[in-house]
Amino acid sequence: MRKAFALLAGVAAVGIASSAFAQQPVKIGMIVSYTGQFADTGIQLDNGFKLFWKQKGDTVAGRKIEFVRKDNGGIAPDVAKRLGQELVVRDKVDILGGFELTPNALAVGDISAEAKKFMVVMNAATSIITTKSPYMARTSVTTPMLNDALGRWAAKNGIKKVYTLVSDFGPGLDADAAFTEAFTGSGGTIVGATKFPVAALDFSAYIQAAKDTNPDAIYIWTPGGTQPAAIGKALAERGVDTSKIKILGQDELTGITAIKSMGDLSIGIITAAMYDYSHKSPMNAQFVKEYREAYNREPDIFSIGGYDGAQLIYKALEKTGGKADGESLIAAAKGMAWESPRGPMSIDPETRDVVETVYIRRVEKVDGQLINVEFDKVENVKDPVKEKMKAGAK
Amino acid sequence: MSLATPADIGPTEFLAARARWRPVEIVFWLAAITPYFIAADYLQLAGQILITGLFALSLDLILGYAGIVSLGHAAFFGLGAYATGIASKHGWGEPLTGLLIGGLVAGVVGFGASFIVARFRGLALIMITLGLDQIVAEAANSMGWLTGGADGLQGVKTWPILGLFRFDLYGVTAYWYALIVTFLFFLLVRRMVNSPFGLSLQGIRENSTRMLAIGARNHAHVRTVFTIAAFIAGVAGALLTETTETVSLETLSFQRSADVLVMLILGGVGQLYGGLVGALIYMVARDQFSDINPQYWYFWIGLLLVAVVVFLPNGIVGGVKKLGGLLGRRGT
Amino acid sequence: MIGPVIGVLYDGFAYGMLLFLLSVGMSVTLGMMNFVNLAHCAFGMLGGFVTVTLINKFGWPFLATLPVAFLAAAAVSVVLERILFRRFYRSGDLDQCLLTIGVVFMSIAIAAYTFGTEQQPVRLPSWIRGSVLIGGQNFGVYRAFLIVVALAVTAVLVGALEYTRFGARVRAAVDNQRMARGLGINVDWIFALTFALGSGLAGLGGSLAIEVVGLDHSFALTYLIYVLIVVSLGGMGSIGGTFAAAVLLGVSDIAGKYYVPQVSAFLIYVLMVGLLMWRPIGLFGKR
Repeated sequence: MRKAFALLAGVAAVGIASSAFAQQPVKIGMIVSYTGQFADTGIQLDNGFKLFWKQKGDTVAGRKIEFVRKDNGGIAPDVAKRLGQELVVRDKVDILGGFELTPNALAVGDISAEAKKFMVVMNAATSIITTKSPYMARTSVTTPMLNDALGRWAAKNGIKKVYTLVSDFGPGLDADAAFTEAFTGSGGTIVGATKFPVAALDFSAYIQAAKDTNPDAIYIWTPGGTQPAAIGKALAERGVDTSKIKILGQDELTGITAIKSMGDLSIGIITAAMYDYSHKSPMNAQFVKEYREAYNREPDIFSIGGYDGAQLIYKALEKTGGKADGESLIAAAKGMAWESPRGPMSIDPETRDVVETVYIRRVEKVDGQLINVEFDKVENVKDPVKEKMKAGAK
Repeated sequence: MSLATPADIGPTEFLAARARWRPVEIVFWLAAITPYFIAADYLQLAGQILITGLFALSLDLILGYAGIVSLGHAAFFGLGAYATGIASKHGWGEPLTGLLIGGLVAGVVGFGASFIVARFRGLALIMITLGLDQIVAEAANSMGWLTGGADGLQGVKTWPILGLFRFDLYGVTAYWYALIVTFLFFLLVRRMVNSPFGLSLQGIRENSTRMLAIGARNHAHVRTVFTIAAFIAGVAGALLTETTETVSLETLSFQRSADVLVMLILGGVGQLYGGLVGALIYMVARDQFSDINPQYWYFWIGLLLVAVVVFLPNGIVGGVKKLGGLLGRRGT
Repeated sequence: MIGPVIGVLYDGFAYGMLLFLLSVGMSVTLGMMNFVNLAHCAFGMLGGFVTVTLINKFGWPFLATLPVAFLAAAAVSVVLERILFRRFYRSGDLDQCLLTIGVVFMSIAIAAYTFGTEQQPVRLPSWIRGSVLIGGQNFGVYRAFLIVVALAVTAVLVGALEYTRFGARVRAAVDNQRMARGLGINVDWIFALTFALGSGLAGLGGSLAIEVVGLDHSFALTYLIYVLIVVSLGGMGSIGGTFAAAVLLGVSDIAGKYYVPQVSAFLIYVLMVGLLMWRPIGLFGKR
């Protein structure tokens, strides 16, 4: 038995030594939920991620990029943690990516910290995630960023009484807190607040209860999936007129499928987002065109998170000249700035979190098509929760 | 299986014959330690299979030996996981007592639930257990101040075992720890089902009215075994918390209840090894299928389940036993 | 205060009708053959996807797709019944569970492979999507449609069971299979037809559900719990019981969300556990 160990140790040593000489491929391990309740989020994220490598080729700074994909199967931090360990130990990946769900991202954060691996969160939007590992960066958005901006905007634009209706789910509560704080801090009043279960399917009763309080606006937060469409249906059915009672929300509420199934009744819904496929820029037009060709559908916020996640990895590897250890990559990622299809964005050198523009949009009919039309924006938005933490520390 | 009955050889010898270790069992447990030597990259998976296997064993105790079909067994797994996690978050991350905490909390709740469970059978029982599990899961979701809600419990840290063995990235400690704990509880369960108590449970499963007629206290027996099963499920949950340092609402979910039932039936119900074998086959198949095809592996798992029902009606362990029996007969 | 009460009852009743369509087939197969068919909702999903495909790809009107959804689900189910399920009528419940859950897993993967994982968007004619204002209360037109369809189906179903020869045979087979066989009734054949009918209704339910709760590849699992609750509360094999349980579940779900949203998730399960402890055989169960 001791011989076997010696042999193993020898093999391992040779492996380590040889990797220092030859330019071995850089391995990226993706942990994404390809199945289960959140499958579509994961698949869109991965589509965006894949499109980037298709455009740029899979070689950076002379090193080939290899991918290992693992299915997380939904909210399951114990599985995520095991997959993270396996990717590091068995597949010997250099970089961890993916992560559309907060609990999973938090669990793998520990692995990133312990194994000193660069980790890119491409969707999960709870503020605290990036504090879990000093080797972690994020290319999506945080929930408070969007809702803080939306709350201020609402109070400034003649909305006084708001009813809030949010999913009883970590990010939903964060969103609610950020919106409510920004809105009431700017002089607005919350006339009622309801939390609905994560698995809620039929919303007519909630919408009716909200409508009964006669608010100026109903603020709605949902984690996406089947819910936006169901909410749209309930709004239509309860006869909520969006010119009288404004509907406010975050990007997912007027996602592509949601708008389609709501039809004309989605007109007038106001949302805050960091990306929509209808964003007007030459770069985005090109991105949308190629995305459609590759996957036969429109890119969404998850796709752009995955796309820029790949972009960040690419740019960081370029900057380190192919060095793929956690220390070098996170150092390269800090302060990295680039032009994305969503507009200018960068990685905050202090918090390693994303800095970008938040757009305020309204659903309108343009050439017979329902589109989120951007009509206002807030530039260089940073995560307000971490800004507050910093202010508190000082 | 020996065909001797108590009438042939007397009760003590009968029980002793049942409890005797068969060579195949020894081979099984020797095989359980081989991953450490031949598949060191798979130790994390092996550890989680053992934990799930222990959980399935606890379900087998009530399903296979007392006939209680439960679609809510995750309630006890999750209670154990949360109890241990919450203790750890508040400064007590000692693993061995952590197991006890998880087991006790689940056991106490299981004892309470056993008064309801013992009174019902059939579809009503299945749905009542499912309902109770959902109530516990919703309670955990709404008590975010205690459980961390949907984000999961944060800040769980497990101390090294006996102050010596740290839980490492390679999963070596987690694997040995899970293996030893699972084996000890397996011994306990094995002893129990081969005792007079275990026999009377099987009597209740087969014909509860006749058991009453010979003076057995059915409800008391069912309550006892349900409480023990809840305790073991809680220990399994605690193991998962300690080895992964995460706890989420998913530990309490219907999905987990259903998965463990599927694994147990897959392995074979009421045959002691069914839970462990089912967890092994299901999780390895899932791991391999999803590596090959992360999006559509469900299809292959589904096909596996259908194939097992078609070709091995008593689960994998039952099928193998039957096969072994055929071969044995041909040999003599 | 009266307004909301009526609205809640109306919405809840309509939701209940949806659950009834999805559940009634499972109740009958469970009651008649003691066959645990966890794949029942997969036929509902199939019906939904038939409707989506016909509308989006071939431009059919919504109403015309409904009979096709019914027929497609019925046809596929009877094929599965003949080649797979019927071999396991005498197997234990647990084997049946494992078999049918395997079929569910496969159906989910097939749906994801064929249609993708996104929510299936369906645009219905505008007359059916709006609402009517009566006495200061909004009534969704679609829900009225749902109620009418479900009530019509129930009437036909009950009528057929009570007054036709086929119905008499089905009732005989549910009540006492062995006796029915003894009387020369071809129970196998009766069962295949009933199975197809039940799955067809689930297919219809799946199509009708798209507008209320949406449709994606995991529909076969998402609705399984609801269907199981309805079946167990109603009593296996009882159509009236299934109807009552579906209405009860629909109304209490909607009322819970409206009046006590904080505990609405508990409410359904507390109600179910309480009722089953009171009547373990279900509201209208015989055995």
